[in-house]
Amino acid sequence: MVVARSAPILRATKLTKRYGQRTALIDASFELWSGEVLAIVGESGSGKSTLLNVLAARDRPDAGTVEFQLKDGTIEDVFQMTEAQRRLLARTDWGFVHQNSADGLRMDVSAGANVGERLMALGDRHYGQLRATACDWLARVEIDPSRVDDLPKHFSGGMRQRLQIARNLVTRPRLVFMDEPTSGLDVSVQAKLLDLLRQLTQQMDLASVIVTHDLAVARLLAHRMIVMQRGCIVETGLTDQVLDDPQHPYTQLLVSSVLQP
Amino acid sequence: MSIPILRLTNVSKQFTLHHQNGLTLSVLNDVNLEVAAGECVVLDGASGMGKSTLLKLIYSNYRVSAGSIQYTEKGCKPLELTTANPRALIDVRRHHIGYVSQFLRVIPRISTLDLVAEPLLSEAGHNEQAIQQAREIASVWLTRLRIPERLWGLAPATFSGGEQQRVNIARSMIKPRSLLLLDEPTASLDALNTQTVVTLIQEAIAAGAAAVGIFHDQAIGKQLATRRIDMNNFRSIPCAAQ
Repeated sequence: MVVARSAPILRATKLTKRYGQRTALIDASFELWSGEVLAIVGESGSGKSTLLNVLAARDRPDAGTVEFQLKDGTIEDVFQMTEAQRRLLARTDWGFVHQNSADGLRMDVSAGANVGERLMALGDRHYGQLRATACDWLARVEIDPSRVDDLPKHFSGGMRQRLQIARNLVTRPRLVFMDEPTSGLDVSVQAKLLDLLRQLTQQMDLASVIVTHDLAVARLLAHRMIVMQRGCIVETGLTDQVLDDPQHPYTQLLVSSVLQP
Repeated sequence: MSIPILRLTNVSKQFTLHHQNGLTLSVLNDVNLEVAAGECVVLDGASGMGKSTLLKLIYSNYRVSAGSIQYTEKGCKPLELTTANPRALIDVRRHHIGYVSQFLRVIPRISTLDLVAEPLLSEAGHNEQAIQQAREIASVWLTRLRIPERLWGLAPATFSGGEQQRVNIARSMIKPRSLLLLDEPTASLDALNTQTVVTLIQEAIAAGAAAVGIFHDQAIGKQLATRRIDMNNFRSIPCAAQ
């Protein structure tokens, strides 16, 4: 982890989001620094995904700000940017790994094209180079490069998730959002994906926000943790602090409800 | 005496169990303790007296209910661990305070050699020479702890309990740290390996580290301790049953 920078890469301040009468997110604030992995945990409906979507500018908050530190060091309020600026950010400096790989991949174009798409959007047109980069990234996420021309719909669930990761990381983003990246996978496949994520986030000094309901996943990947209940952040801390010495009643319930997190 | 590396002032720890009718367990009360470089403080007390809790508080794994825990690195300002931000805690754990337990939290698929070298590798970056050196140091540690070379390339998930324990000790101690928290690192090791671990701890202390430790084996405690602390001093009700 590089600690040289003197400002966080992402800062959320008092984020609130309502859907009609229901308030899905209340006054959520936190900071994320380069190289840090932050897990957001809580049961279904606690506001985890709402928070993630607001952070990634996929959803506009009713109140509060999200500030992001650009490559040149300037800090911008994400919701003050133009739509075009935001889209560029989402394609280059950010990544988003969806729970359901069908949401993050194009199922009817080849694996290679899936990886190359973000590069092409940035103006890369050299076919040979795109293909070589795609093969390189397939190998990095442990997919046999000979599958480069196959369609993701012919891949297994674990392979699709790894392809999604390759597709996101190919532009060397600095911040990656992940929504339950391992749920719905076999345990053995989960371990492989987790280990891969751990290595890649370390090697690339990525900041990442991972939504998960699996505390073991949080323990293995995250430096820090945010616990949410009914739209509020009820506890934060180092991952091992929150899991080993939970303070809030809801966190205690969460931790005591699982087998050996 | 110079400034102590570790200073605990009026530290208390209660656990509130919200789902057991809000039951409060008072484990430690008014702990005052100073530890200087070159010292090995051994905590004495029966099971359930809060020995591990005290080590975990110092490591900031548990959070204090009251009091102050200050860590002072040579030539630096004291760091108040109880209020330090998460980044400062991650940093202090990475560089200065090590926790040596008997349990290896297995990270799947990484070779034993790289697992042991990891604390050094994370600083080596992309420097090939530093990476090579880290692996060489790791192989020295594994050799001293009698892990056969044919196992170095394997992930330790399938190793015996004792082998995993020794891999964990190598991994926890390979990077020289100023403060070592020893939570029964020798429990259930055979005599030969126990002596090796004792020697490794002695070497670290001779090199200027401070240590706070728990050893169920009285003989080992005696061999290592420069000072002994009776946990009864830190109880509100002496010897209260849990």
